[in-house]
Amino acid sequence: MAWEDRYEMVCGVETHVELATKTKIFCGCSTEFGGEQNTHVCPVCLGMPGVLPVLNREVVHLAIKAGLALNCEIAAFSKFDRKNYYYPDLPKNYQTSQYDLPICGKGWVTIETEGGTKEIGITRAHMEEDAGKLVHSGETIMSSDESYVDYNRTGVPLLEIVSEPDMRSIPEVLAYLEQLVQILQYTEVSDCRLEQGSVRFDVNLSLRRQGAAGFGIRTETKNLNSFSSVRRCLEYETERQAQVLDDGGQVRQETRTWDEGKGITLALRTKEEAHDYRYFPEPDLVPLVIERAWVDKIRSTLPELPAQRLSRYRELGLSDYDAGVLVAAKPLADFFDRALAHFPQAKVLVNWVTGDFLRLLNANQHSIADSRISPEQFAELMGLIDQGVISGKIGKNVLEEMYLTGKDPSLIVKEKNLAQISDEGTLLGIVEEVLAANPRSVEDFRAGKEKAIGFLVGQVMKATKGQGNPGLVNRLLREKMT
Amino acid sequence: MKISRPDVEHVAMLARLELTEPEIEMFTEQLNSILEYAALLEQLNTDGVSPTAHVLPLHNVLREDVTQPSLEQERALMNAPDAENGFFRVPRIV
Ligand SMILES: [Zn+2]
Repeated sequence: MAWEDRYEMVCGVETHVELATKTKIFCGCSTEFGGEQNTHVCPVCLGMPGVLPVLNREVVHLAIKAGLALNCEIAAFSKFDRKNYYYPDLPKNYQTSQYDLPICGKGWVTIETEGGTKEIGITRAHMEEDAGKLVHSGETIMSSDESYVDYNRTGVPLLEIVSEPDMRSIPEVLAYLEQLVQILQYTEVSDCRLEQGSVRFDVNLSLRRQGAAGFGIRTETKNLNSFSSVRRCLEYETERQAQVLDDGGQVRQETRTWDEGKGITLALRTKEEAHDYRYFPEPDLVPLVIERAWVDKIRSTLPELPAQRLSRYRELGLSDYDAGVLVAAKPLADFFDRALAHFPQAKVLVNWVTGDFLRLLNANQHSIADSRISPEQFAELMGLIDQGVISGKIGKNVLEEMYLTGKDPSLIVKEKNLAQISDEGTLLGIVEEVLAANPRSVEDFRAGKEKAIGFLVGQVMKATKGQGNPGLVNRLLREKMT
Repeated sequence: MKISRPDVEHVAMLARLELTEPEIEMFTEQLNSILEYAALLEQLNTDGVSPTAHVLPLHNVLREDVTQPSLEQERALMNAPDAENGFFRVPRIV
């Protein structure tokens, strides 16, 4: 019997997202991914004695922007605090974070699932610095004898976004994460490269009896770095907690870690989770006073957000599926919008963009940024098909040629002589030849076999190398046979 | 508030300090006298005084998002007790 019959899950997520700055939060070291170990470090981010951090203005800007997009209250007064703990990924032995006066207060995100729309509350969002990267010599944390530390990540700016425990199913959690990541990408607060670890999730989960009002005891599983890890972790952890409760036991409130290989969560030893961070105000950084004018200025730069774009696409008549495909990939949606400005038939355009064009990109393992086709060229191709200059079928070939060469579609049509033959006189000669060569089909047609005309159209198209205007060919054939 | 021996042992553990018996006793005493001294502040009337976030009368000290040169790897590792292959090397954790 599935646990859902007896229990309801209650889930909240803490999301750590890397902010899209050029430099670290408190020093001028580069945040670029993939540098050689310990080459993006300086006395400040290495925590040398006597150094002073200076806050990066862009970090504050992006945090406010994210807050506005998440409908958060923006604090008028905010400060940093030290979160103290000993771990070799933290050279200062404290993480500079925000405790009681975070930059963003309460907000919300609207999600859509099969169950309908729902608001997921945001508790807060605060700025902090990332820690370094530990490389263990053994296979896992438990079996290594030594650790190697790379401090390139130390001091990379993060925004920690804390949700309310508002999610009641795994699809709701995934919808929230997808929506959150989309909002952060649309606002260019973060590029959210999950594969580079620029977004990490901590998942708080408890179960309660169906119909119960209070919350059960929760566990927190830390450091999940993909949607599929979150899904698998929740599938495992809900089953595990249900089993504990079914056996009459009590879930232990603890921090757990996700073992991707085994697909299970494991309790961390209690010593590791000594939650005694002894927060105190960071004396090396002065507070932030955020004037209304600054917030309003940032608000005026907010782009169209994914939910707004989705409803605009629906109003244009796109299907939920097509609208979803576009909105989920902002660069593709931007491409679509730019092409749409020149070719305003949304439904025709979306078929080509999410169909043949996306297929070409996927087949070549390209992102849209790698494509040599501009939205303007794409719109021009749509126009050529729409005006009957080329057929849809030839259009596919032209698209492939554009993809390879980046040439204008009209140039390709001209160079390769692909324009559709719509001249009645030219086609008439070919039609007559085809009729003369296929007397059986002509007889069949006259005897009422409608299918025979398909064969004859095909023969004319073959003779014109696919360039005959199909509607015109069809009409001429019929005229000649009756 | 009185600092007890277990408090000192706990704080020492968090700071990864190994204290001897006489040290635990000494720090218990010293920490208590420091707190007693600081408790003098409680005699002040702070009605209507808003909490102080920082002692300096400054706010919004910010830098522009412009890259500055970092240390060379060799220099970054120069003071490290142990290093290998461009990494800081530390004892096994936990
Ligand atoms: Zn640095």
